[in-house]
Amino acid sequence: MSALVVAQVTGKLRGLGPIDADECMNCGFCSAICPLGVDVLPRRLFRYAVFGMEQQVRAESEAIFSCLLCRACEQSCPAGVHITENVRLLRGWLLREGR
Amino acid sequence: MPLPTRDVVGILADNLRIRGSVLPIPARQATRWARDLDLPRGGETVLYTGLMYQLIPYIERLVAIEQLFGNSPLARLTGVGRRLNRLINGVAFVARPSASERAEYDRVPANVARLLQRAGVQFGYLYEDDLYAGALAHDLGADDVVASHARKVAALLRKHRVREVITIDPHTTNMLRSVYPTLIEDYDLRVRSYLEVLAERGLPFESPLAGKVVVHDPCVYARYENMIEPPRKLLAEAGLEVVEPQNSGLLTWCCGGPVEALYPAKAAALAAVRVAQLREVAPDCLTMCPICLVNLRKSADGMRFRDISEYLIEASAPPPETCPTGQPDPAPGLSGR
Repeated sequence: MSALVVAQVTGKLRGLGPIDADECMNCGFCSAICPLGVDVLPRRLFRYAVFGMEQQVRAESEAIFSCLLCRACEQSCPAGVHITENVRLLRGWLLREGR
Repeated sequence: MPLPTRDVVGILADNLRIRGSVLPIPARQATRWARDLDLPRGGETVLYTGLMYQLIPYIERLVAIEQLFGNSPLARLTGVGRRLNRLINGVAFVARPSASERAEYDRVPANVARLLQRAGVQFGYLYEDDLYAGALAHDLGADDVVASHARKVAALLRKHRVREVITIDPHTTNMLRSVYPTLIEDYDLRVRSYLEVLAERGLPFESPLAGKVVVHDPCVYARYENMIEPPRKLLAEAGLEVVEPQNSGLLTWCCGGPVEALYPAKAAALAAVRVAQLREVAPDCLTMCPICLVNLRKSADGMRFRDISEYLIEASAPPPETCPTGQPDPAPGLSGR
């Protein structure tokens, strides 16, 4: 799978609000601490979003809507990514664009 | 199998847009808790419930229906249900909790009002203008609908010349204190949880409790609003020994409730994990959020879960009458003593 950046999609996502997923260092603390064990968030998912990989984002909609928004991940994030706000904005994008 | 996410979220967002709440219930039922309290209407400071506790019995009825529906071929008709719901308030037809179910959760706002009165706080209530704040729709990403609703709530507060609101649950606190300022210009409402107000003013604890209770911090109070110490201060003053579970304070563990509307099985599995953590330290647990309370109760398996207001109302009650034996009545409220 190639990671082709689709600028149009990235631009749309950024237009939703303050998405800062590209600050993610890919360290995995968030996945390790997630109470639901959602391992796609945010490491892989945020890469999809940042690269504008629309279909891959859509394919993870259950993970996106399963997120508890509990912020346990943010408590451990060394990069200070606003993970839950990013997830919330992705939800808004999925609802508007259709699944 | 969960129902189609987009349609379920769509129904909730439609309700908020058309009827002012994700789960519209008659104002008569939403304000029933206040009918014997003779609270003044409006005022500079108001108790704002945001309907969260009052809605819980209705949410539970809907989740039960959703679980049945989600496992049948009828799940495919959710989109049709959404279209019908735009014309007719479906909640009024399908969610009809019993009087006792409603009374269980109506007791919390009534407790809070009495606690504020005992602490000498002057406040009013907005009755039918005490609207749901939009937390669930915000969590689900329905931002345009939430922004419009927030403006409506803010306009009502301005109409009543409210300067400060006292909230009773973490979700309404977060919406009014941290989310609304990002959506509305010139929003300068002072927003405090009743626990913060009581911790600051002090309560006369005339009937102190005894015993041990484990505290479950809601994620939203702990990590969104950094509200951790006020409840502990109040509980210590009430005489209780507060014990901490494996994850508490900033590191609290989610009850699972936030995903119940879309994925009830995931919510139940997570609640079971949290209950096991809590059970390790005490059989009695207190919560400060209606979502936590109802979700943990469903996995309680012998543990007892109560809202913090129940403990505070008992501990601040006038001293009990003396029994014929000359001994005061034992303090109520804790099991296993």
